[in-house]
Amino acid sequence: MDETLAEFFRRTILKIPMTEMMTILKTWNFMSENQLQTVNFRQRKESIVQDLVLLCEENHASLNDAAHLDIIYTQFHRHQKIWDVFQMSKAPGDDIDLFDMEQFKSSFKKILQRALKNVTVSFRDAEENSVWIRIAWGTQYKKPNQYKPAYVVYYSQTPYAFTSSSRLKSNLPLLGQALTVASKHHQIVKMDLRSRYLDSLKAIVFKQYNQSFETHNCTTSLQEGSLGLDINMDSRIIHENKVEKERVQRVTQEIFGDYPQPRLEFAQYKLETKFKSDLNGGILAEREEPLRCLVKFSSPHLLEALKSLAPAGIADAPLSPLLTCIPNKGKNYFKIRDK
Amino acid sequence: MSALRPLDKLPGLNTATILLVGTEDALLQQLADSMLKADCTSELKVHLARSLPLPCSVNRPRIDLIVFVVNLHSKLSLQSVEESLCHLDAAFFLGKVAFLATGAGRDSHCSIHRNTVVKLAHTYRSPLLFCDLEIEDFRAAMAQRLVRLLQICAGHVPGVSALNLLSLMRGSENPSLEDL
Repeated sequence: MDETLAEFFRRTILKIPMTEMMTILKTWNFMSENQLQTVNFRQRKESIVQDLVLLCEENHASLNDAAHLDIIYTQFHRHQKIWDVFQMSKAPGDDIDLFDMEQFKSSFKKILQRALKNVTVSFRDAEENSVWIRIAWGTQYKKPNQYKPAYVVYYSQTPYAFTSSSRLKSNLPLLGQALTVASKHHQIVKMDLRSRYLDSLKAIVFKQYNQSFETHNCTTSLQEGSLGLDINMDSRIIHENKVEKERVQRVTQEIFGDYPQPRLEFAQYKLETKFKSDLNGGILAEREEPLRCLVKFSSPHLLEALKSLAPAGIADAPLSPLLTCIPNKGKNYFKIRDK
Repeated sequence: MSALRPLDKLPGLNTATILLVGTEDALLQQLADSMLKADCTSELKVHLARSLPLPCSVNRPRIDLIVFVVNLHSKLSLQSVEESLCHLDAAFFLGKVAFLATGAGRDSHCSIHRNTVVKLAHTYRSPLLFCDLEIEDFRAAMAQRLVRLLQICAGHVPGVSALNLLSLMRGSENPSLEDL
């Protein structure tokens, strides 16, 4: 094992928090149980890492093993990255091909290697027929940089791929090309949807967020307790606007459903519309060019926050469709222009 | 939907009724809960409304005190209170109306200037109370205070009437706008 690889191992292990060390090492499954037992986990982290790197050396660890460990770490810490969604489509006349994961992997790797020569591509199969891909980019003349990799999560036989936003924008077209060709699609577009929460993005694009839509009516009695009239039943408190309150609840229910919303933390609206005002006049009203402005909503849990706006009395129900269409359209970056 | 009048009904026996008006339902609900927990010899009734006028279908007892809750973080709440005030009989302003402004603690979140509510309360010659309803201890203290005001308004405290409450407006620390 050469010096750079040992260093890569050292840094990868070092970033794993001590509380997760055991779980991650076991998931990695590279060192045997007996080997792990020889390591004293009660010493300083630097020394533990030293011991672990020695073990890796003993096992003749390769770059691919290190990449695997890095993928596992990222899988555990997926919320630390911001994920983009790419949507692919087939050409109109295309047949439905049989999908083979091995074939996908090899052709994906081949395309990148042919173009860049120096690139590390590693795969790790994950739950629900998905595959995690780690790409360490290099160039024709430069070794791949292992410390700024891009991650891609692809669910087999679906037209969607999720990529961690990376700083290397120049490689994005190539990555898109590799994904389309390997998964036998025709075209790829980046959706206006980003979030830290990979699982929520998945739920949005695969429309999994409100699955029991069909059983909507059967659950009416159940939801009333959960969302609707959760006010306590002290007879000394009388709600005067009960009818209005029930309407707000009902409208909210119809729009958002009664299941937990997928988790997004921002939505952004870029307005490029002409300035409108009730008060006529003013220098802005005569401007020909649109008035540019950017409205950004952010919250630890944006959709739940929007859902509770009307019941909390902060906004009128129903909310603007621009706010409520986010999961439906699979979009949290909007551009609004005059019609 | 007619204007609400203060003395168009006979009082219930030992009953004091307060009406909390504000758009933010959760805050009102919490305040109502705190009020009912407060120690009180009268029988309390708390009515919560989003805005006035109240729907006329319901048979409600005489209302002794109306508190308008304005959340300084929300322009909607101020606007709704301003609109509601038109549906109130002038006789209520003889001590049976109070304004409660919440949210002043977090200055950066405020979208309404404090002076705006001060002016509003002054225009309607009614006392203005400040309290961060989101903080439980503050809320409990405010609830206690409101219960006391309510008892006075309902005539359950001998020797003091709602009219005396107008003295709340001229605190020594906050000279009224006219004095300034």
